[in-house]
Amino acid sequence: MSNEEIIHKLKPIITTYAPASAALENLNEESDFIKDLNINSANLVDIILDVEEAFGITIDNTSMEKMLTVKASIEVIKEKLSEK
Amino acid sequence: MDNRVVITGLGVVSPNGIGLDQFLSAIKEGISGIKHQQNLSDLKFSCQIAGLPEVSDELAAQYFSPLELRNFNSSGILYGVIAGMDAWKDAGLPLNETHEPFWDYGMVFGAGTSGIDRFREAIYTIDELEIRRLGSTVVAQTMNSGVSAYLSGKIGLGNQISTNSSACCTGTESLLTAFERIKSGKATVVLAGATSDSGPYIWGGFDGMKVCTYKHNETPTKGSRPMSATASGFVPGSGAGAFVVESLTHAKARGAKIYAEILGGHANSGGQRGAGTMTAPNSTAVQRCISKALENAHVQANEIDAINGHLTATAMDALEISNWTMALNRKGSDFPYINALKGMTGHCLTASGSIECVASVLQIHHNFLFPNVNCEDLNPAITALIDAEKVPQKMKSIKINTLIKASFGFGDVNACIILKKYTS
Repeated sequence: MSNEEIIHKLKPIITTYAPASAALENLNEESDFIKDLNINSANLVDIILDVEEAFGITIDNTSMEKMLTVKASIEVIKEKLSEK
Repeated sequence: MDNRVVITGLGVVSPNGIGLDQFLSAIKEGISGIKHQQNLSDLKFSCQIAGLPEVSDELAAQYFSPLELRNFNSSGILYGVIAGMDAWKDAGLPLNETHEPFWDYGMVFGAGTSGIDRFREAIYTIDELEIRRLGSTVVAQTMNSGVSAYLSGKIGLGNQISTNSSACCTGTESLLTAFERIKSGKATVVLAGATSDSGPYIWGGFDGMKVCTYKHNETPTKGSRPMSATASGFVPGSGAGAFVVESLTHAKARGAKIYAEILGGHANSGGQRGAGTMTAPNSTAVQRCISKALENAHVQANEIDAINGHLTATAMDALEISNWTMALNRKGSDFPYINALKGMTGHCLTASGSIECVASVLQIHHNFLFPNVNCEDLNPAITALIDAEKVPQKMKSIKINTLIKASFGFGDVNACIILKKYTS
């Protein structure tokens, strides 16, 4: 799965938790969930649960802690997909 | 000098009406909100009827964001937020659009449980070893103060935010606590109220105690019979009532509409001593609560025009009337008018005091007494104490200057408040 395809699949998940903003419109690899997208930190765990469901993967606690940006999330998703 | 305290906003989610207009017309016309509940029947409850406010998804969406409604399953928070936001709007107060909290505006909003259905889902998830899939929303929906937390965030309040809990006294106690905070100058506006979850997991405990009626499963609107000779137990209910309580000075300065003034009140306990137990009242304490409320409000017993009783439709109703006659030293034709809302709503438990206080304030503001329903066969033990005409069976147009309201709860706790028509 390419980075673009992953972002395409991530966008609706992130949109659920992020207030509408230009940063959300222009979601890209550099987007930071909290700093750029203004997501409530309590919702990061919900994003991870939705990502697990959408990609059919399981994300361990250590990997979860890294998923603060789109880029880091793509890396974790790719890693978990390759382990399937 | 202590502040005078007034009520400037009301909100209500009742089994027989959501919003002030619907509720006002329902209580004037004696419309029952009690219906047969299929889920209670499926679960083999003895009492299969209840008062359940029907909140549509469209209505909920006016008060909660789509994100908030994701995995949302807390009926108490739903009712409380609707009633609380309605009261705030009714008072003409703004939502805080700045970064600075409203430091002088606070909240005391009661609850007995929170999100009991959400709690049940979480318990199943945990027991299925799926805790990692629990998500982030369980705590906010199941902490008892969830209703206050949701409301204060939506409005932007910065004074003390608290959730009180004292069984069926909760709603009346919240109004009393708000009064005391404003009277003493600790806040200028307090959003008060109380809410109760709905459903089998909140009502089941009472069904198990056999304190709910099992005789009206086919005749739900006749089931809740306060003061009737054929009262056979209470009908469970749920909902929320809310008040904007404000210092008179603050209300006048912003030109607010004033529904009524709070003169004072009292809360106490019978200590589960004497006749008092976990579930039965100590009459000495009940009478003392009423007397102390009068004293605190500087009101004489003969000034009381109307009583809004606790009156749940159990064997305790006659004892309550007896306590009122003793505490006020008034009986027979000298007794004030008295009415019981539970005939129309059932016993809304934690929320009962707040919904009934909303009804009481509306009576004062609109000059009427709502009818007592389902007591066409008044309990003779009650008519031995007070004249039957003091229990109006039809809506009565009457100017009420001073009204007294009491609530009594498990744990042998009592709360009593005195409301007055506002005059400058």
